[in-house]
Amino acid sequence: MQSNAALEYDYSVAKLFTYTAILFGLVGMLLGTLIAAQMAFPELNYLFGQYGTFSRLRPLHTNVVIYGFTVSGVFATFYYSAQRVLKVSMAESKFIMFVGKLQFGLYLIAATGMVVTLLLGITTTKEYAQMEWPLDILIVLIWVLWGVAMFALIGIRREKALYISMWYYIACFLGVAMLYLFNNMEVPTYFASGGIGSMWHSVSMYSGTNDALVQWWWGHNAVAFVFTVPIVAMIYYFLPKESGQAVYSYKLSLLSFWGLMFVYLWAGSHHLLWSTVPDWMQTMGSVFSVVLILPSWGSAINMLLTMKGEWNQLTENPLIKFMVLASTFYMLSTLEGPIQAIKSVNAIAHFTDWIPGHVHDGVLGWVAFMIMAALFHMAPRMFKREIYSRKLIEAQFWIQTTAVVLYFTSMWIAGITQGMMWRAVDEYGNLMYSFIDTVTVLHPYYAIRALAGVLYVTGFVMFAYNMIKTMTSSKVLTEEPQFKSPMA
Amino acid sequence: MGIRELQGYASFLMTILFVVALYGYIVYLYRSEKKGEKDYEKFGNIALDDEIDSTPINSSDPISDEKKERNK
Repeated sequence: MQSNAALEYDYSVAKLFTYTAILFGLVGMLLGTLIAAQMAFPELNYLFGQYGTFSRLRPLHTNVVIYGFTVSGVFATFYYSAQRVLKVSMAESKFIMFVGKLQFGLYLIAATGMVVTLLLGITTTKEYAQMEWPLDILIVLIWVLWGVAMFALIGIRREKALYISMWYYIACFLGVAMLYLFNNMEVPTYFASGGIGSMWHSVSMYSGTNDALVQWWWGHNAVAFVFTVPIVAMIYYFLPKESGQAVYSYKLSLLSFWGLMFVYLWAGSHHLLWSTVPDWMQTMGSVFSVVLILPSWGSAINMLLTMKGEWNQLTENPLIKFMVLASTFYMLSTLEGPIQAIKSVNAIAHFTDWIPGHVHDGVLGWVAFMIMAALFHMAPRMFKREIYSRKLIEAQFWIQTTAVVLYFTSMWIAGITQGMMWRAVDEYGNLMYSFIDTVTVLHPYYAIRALAGVLYVTGFVMFAYNMIKTMTSSKVLTEEPQFKSPMA
Repeated sequence: MGIRELQGYASFLMTILFVVALYGYIVYLYRSEKKGEKDYEKFGNIALDDEIDSTPINSSDPISDEKKERNK
């Protein structure tokens, strides 16, 4: 073979998913900021008629950030890092390349369909599973194609040992495949009602408590297998690679993996504490949620210890800053979740703003920080240009960190205030406050949250600008950086 | 014995079984490394040395080695 035809990693599919991650991140976070502002200033509900109301935009926000931004980030980082840890290029197999591109094409159709249908109010109404059945079928197809590409790459790999990140990506694939299928078992109302209903609107095949249980088995494990498992896969690859330090303990990474796999699947019923599910199942959900601290912290501490003796990099490299803070927020979030899952705490926390507070220190601090850091790391290698601006990354880091802190602190205070006020009774056992009393008290915290949203989106615009400039007009690199990503 | 009681026992027994399996796995990992049978920590280098033409940590496949030679 001629030397100029030397084999190289092929990032075409990774690049495509990088573009959609940036696009959906921007859209999803803008929507989030708007609905946060609507909570503080209700008149903002009437900007675009029925299409601008909180109830219409809230599912759009969650679906776009989960299935648009995060899942694009998962696919982008997978198609980038899987080639590298398996030491095999997608260019070596036309079949894998075709599957990857087909998967992207269908993904784009499904994501567009999701945005349009949710905006039109077409929804199954099951949280995080709002998409109607034709989209569900398309998603199953996309997921199967991802699995085909994944196992085909594994099949032709040169590196026989599967790096720990691959274990996590495989778990993401298998976990979501199983959960998605079971939770989205649904029948169009046309068939369920004997011809009266609609072909496009469906109802769940489960009912009552069973439906709730399956729904939260999915709902919580979507957090597990979309927001945790593939993000852990990312940090196990990108932090060692960017810092030049091998993972602190490979054995601990294996242990944490199996611990997480075993424990996570049982914790979903903590979403149904104090409801009609059997008491033993509620207790099981609580217990497993608390045990979940161990494998979660196993991975997070392993990441922090990977930086042992190299903490100077935290000041020298802003990407390390993003990843270390992501790992720290992962620890915070996985301690907070189990605390909320304790039944007595849950009696105060359930249905309050403390819950979105918890979700967002996880997703903004852990998931989005890790995805942005990973995409920054990939950019100089994919586009063969240095990162456009280090100063912009530094500024983005501090703006977004401030945003996350403002978000979760305001929601902690709001949530606990809300929970306490709902429960407060006078000496005769009468409730002391009506619902609107809590709304009045919470207004300043909702305003702080909206401000946090504005700050986070500002940071994301800086990220998008930096990425686009890196792709188009940054200094060209003559050779691929080994560890630290070059930046101007 | 009703179905709910049965479910309770099954859940308890499965928990015990999985806990034993997980702890067994921990013992296995550390013991096999102590005896010198396995070296898990070397796999951490897969992320660092990830060029397409770098030597795999585990390569038992002569075909891939041959391909790699050709591409040099």
